[in-house]
Amino acid sequence: MNSQVNKPIRLTEVCLRDGSHVVAHQFTEQQVRDVVRGLDDAGMHYIEVSHGDGLGGSTFQYGKSLVNEMKLIEAAVAACAKSKVAVLLIPGIGTVHELKQANDLGARLVRVATHVTEADVSAQHMSKARELGMETVGFLMMAHSAPVEKLVEQAKNMESYGAEAVYITDSAGALLPHEVRERVRALRQSLQIEVGFHAHNNLSMAVANTVVAIEEGATRIDGSVRCLGAGAGNTQTEVLLAVLDRMGIDVSIDLYKMMDVAENIVGPLLPGSQEIRKGSLVLGYAGVYSSFLLHAERAGKKFGLDPRDILIELGKQKVVGGQEDMIIDVAAELAKKKEIEV
Amino acid sequence: MGKIKAAILGTGNIGTDLLYKLERSEVIEVVAMIGIDSQSEGLKRAAEKGYATYSNGIEAIVANPNMAAIVFDATSAKAHVRHAKVLKELGILAIDLTPAARGPFFCPAVGTTENLLDLHNVNMITCGGQATIPIVYAVNQVADVIYGEIVATISSLSAGPGTRGNIDEFTITTRRGIEEVGGANTGKALIILNPADPPILMRDTIYCEVKNMKEEEIRDSIYTMVEKVKAYVPGYRLRQEPLFDGNRVTIFIEVEGAGDYFPPYAGNLDIMTAAATRVAEDFARAMLDRTTLETH
Repeated sequence: MNSQVNKPIRLTEVCLRDGSHVVAHQFTEQQVRDVVRGLDDAGMHYIEVSHGDGLGGSTFQYGKSLVNEMKLIEAAVAACAKSKVAVLLIPGIGTVHELKQANDLGARLVRVATHVTEADVSAQHMSKARELGMETVGFLMMAHSAPVEKLVEQAKNMESYGAEAVYITDSAGALLPHEVRERVRALRQSLQIEVGFHAHNNLSMAVANTVVAIEEGATRIDGSVRCLGAGAGNTQTEVLLAVLDRMGIDVSIDLYKMMDVAENIVGPLLPGSQEIRKGSLVLGYAGVYSSFLLHAERAGKKFGLDPRDILIELGKQKVVGGQEDMIIDVAAELAKKKEIEV
Repeated sequence: MGKIKAAILGTGNIGTDLLYKLERSEVIEVVAMIGIDSQSEGLKRAAEKGYATYSNGIEAIVANPNMAAIVFDATSAKAHVRHAKVLKELGILAIDLTPAARGPFFCPAVGTTENLLDLHNVNMITCGGQATIPIVYAVNQVADVIYGEIVATISSLSAGPGTRGNIDEFTITTRRGIEEVGGANTGKALIILNPADPPILMRDTIYCEVKNMKEEEIRDSIYTMVEKVKAYVPGYRLRQEPLFDGNRVTIFIEVEGAGDYFPPYAGNLDIMTAAATRVAEDFARAMLDRTTLETH
C-alpha cells in the first residue's frame, strides 16, 4: 500500500454548502453562526461554507445568494474555536480571486471540484491554493459516470497539480457499495495522497457507501447533518458518527453534541423533509447531479411536466454538474413534444 | 488588389482551424504557421498544405519581422502577454485569440468605433464572448441591461490545453466583454465542459435582467442580431424562443461549426476563428486602402 495508510479520518461537514441548494441559497449570517458554533463545539474537523455551486456561484443559473458568501465565510470563521472553515471552488464558476478573498477571511482548506473527466481545469486553482498556504483537495464530481481507469488517471493529474487529497464525489448518489469499493481501492493503489469520499443519499446508500470507503482506506469523509444537502442529502453526519463508534473508529467528535446540533439547530432550518422521495430517488436512479432536483421541480411546474421525465431526459443527454440551464431547455423541448402528441 | 501577409502563432485547435478559414480569404495570405512542437498535428497539416512552418515560436518572427504584417496569436493568455510586447516592438498587428485582453475587444457583429490603423493589438475576447455578447448588446440597445450573465457549454474534445489552463482568464475576460462591449452594467460568465460522446454542439444561455421590459422590441432586436452573426458564422442559431419572466429574458443559442478543421460540434472554435477572420479582413482592407492611397 502507500504512505498514507495511518492517516486519521477527518470529517468535513457540508450542510452549510451542499445544504445551500436545499434552502435555495438563502442562508443568513445568524444561521451560519449558530450551526458553526454547534459543530465547532462538538469537535467537527472542517466546516464547508460557500454557495452551493462553490465560490462565485450566486447567479441566475444556480440561484442568487441572499447573503454574500464572503460574509457567511467571515461569520463562520469568527464562530470557530478549533474547526477549520473549508470552501468549494468549481473552475469555470469561481476564480482564484474569490479563492484569495476567502483565504484572506480565514478559510483554510479548499476543495477544487471538476467533472470526473476534466481534472486539468483545476491546475491553475490548485497551484494558487498551495501558494496561499491553503490545504488543497481535489473533488472529482459525478464519479459514477466514468470508468475506474479514467478516475484513476484524473486523480493522478490532480495529485500532480498539488492536491493533498482527492475525493471520489458521488454527486448523483448513484454509486453502489461494490462500485465505491472498486474506486477507493484503485485510487489507494495509485496515489500517494489521501482519498476522500462524498456521498449523496438518493439510493439510501450514503452511510453504507461511506463505511465501505473507510474500510478501503478513504480518510477524508463528508457528511451533512440531517442530510441537509442537495437531493436526498449526503451521508447523515450524526448517523455516521454513531456507526463509526460502533465500528471502534474514534474520530474525536462528540456524538451527543452532534445529535443535539442536528435536532435543535439544523432541524429548524430544513424547509421540508429530506427523506428520499420520488424526485431524489430518480436522481440516483438516472445518475443526475443532485442539485438539479429543485430546478427540475420548478421547471415541471412551469411547463406542466412530471419532474421525473425532465430528470430522466437530462440523464439520457449526459448533462454534467453546473448545466442548470439545460433543465429549462429540456423542459421546454419536452413540453413542445407533449403538445404535438396531444 | 493584393493581399496582406499574415502568420499564425499557435498550432492547436484554434490556430489550425484559422488556417483553413484564411485559405479562403481574398485579402489575407498566410505565409507561415508557427508552433513550438515540430511534431504537432497543426504544424504537420500546415506543412502538408505547403505552408512554411517553424517550431521556434515567436523567435521565428523576431528573426524575420518582415514576413507578416498581421500575426494571429492562438497560443495561451500567458504566452500572449509576452508575445504582445514583442509584436508591438516589431510594428506588427497582433490579433489575439487568447483571453489575454491586452488590446481593445472586438466582436464583429457589434462593430467598433476605433480607428483601425491606430491599433497594434486587438483582442477577440473568448469563444463564449463571441457567442453571447452580440445578444447582450442587442437586448441592451432596446431594454437597458442591468445584469447580463452567460453560460457557455462546450464539448470536452473541443477544449484544448490553452483553454483548460486558462479557465479564469476565460471567465474574467468574458465578463469584461459583456460589460464593455455588450453594455451590461454588471456581467458574469460561466463555462462548462461536457464530455458526452457523441460530443455536444456549443450551447450558450444568456440571462439578461433589464430596466425596460419591452418584449416585442427585445425579440426583434435579438432576431436581427442572430442574422448578423449568421453572416459570418452560418451555424449560429436560437435553440428556443426567448423566455420572458418578470424583468428577465433568457436566450438559448446553439453554435454549429463549419467543420473546417474540427467537426461541426466545435462551434466554439468556429465562432472564434470566423470572428478573427472577419476582423482581420477589415484590417487588411484598411491596410490595402492605405497602400493604394500612398502610391497614388
